[in-house]
Amino acid sequence: MVLHISAKHVSEIWDEAEAAHPDEACGVIAGAIGTDSPTRHIPMVNAAHSPTFYEFESGDLLRLYREFDDRDEEPVVIYHSHTSTEAHPSRTDIAYASEPGAHYVLVSTREEIASRSEFRSFRIIDGVVTEEEVVIT
Amino acid sequence: MSNSGNPTVEVRIPTILRPYTGGAKLVSAQGSTLRDVISDLDGNHTGLAERLLDGDALRRFINLYVNDEDVRFIGGLDLALKDGDSITILPAVAGGC
Repeated sequence: MVLHISAKHVSEIWDEAEAAHPDEACGVIAGAIGTDSPTRHIPMVNAAHSPTFYEFESGDLLRLYREFDDRDEEPVVIYHSHTSTEAHPSRTDIAYASEPGAHYVLVSTREEIASRSEFRSFRIIDGVVTEEEVVIT
Repeated sequence: MSNSGNPTVEVRIPTILRPYTGGAKLVSAQGSTLRDVISDLDGNHTGLAERLLDGDALRRFINLYVNDEDVRFIGGLDLALKDGDSITILPAVAGGC
């Protein structure tokens, strides 16, 4: 399994994660259903405004999924940042992962590593985490 | 036409719960409160209630909307429903370190 993502989207995700640090940043990249191609980047407000938790605000979430419905899209990438831990899904991330078709992208803005060095992607299906290659196009 | 004591509502089902509805993303249900509707859904789609409820409360990371309003702000599971109301179920998008 592999994630194909544009350099522009990677850079935008990093910009958001660094701007939000020390709070977690989050968002999605939508794509046409069934294409596995992330095309429309939608940064989301972290309603938790927390360095250890993220959540899309419930009204934002509804509007997001209505848009998906209107545009025949699905969330191809769901991303968030970890601000003091590694870019790997936590137990919480795994417990709440509710889109089995999505690529869960994690980045880490923790201070002890080189900036923009940890950008990883995972599938989380039925509680099982599988890391996948990231191909930047 | 259903009587006012048992309204018929439409329920939008998120991808992750469609295995319970045979793949359907829109199903019909009856009930005068949200709690009753969940019970009715579970009667036709066994196991759905357990994904939505923790004991008799809505699970923390399941969002329910009635006519686009988050039910947590308008009465929760005891909210009275009307014929034709539209219910949307969306698991939260959330996580942490």
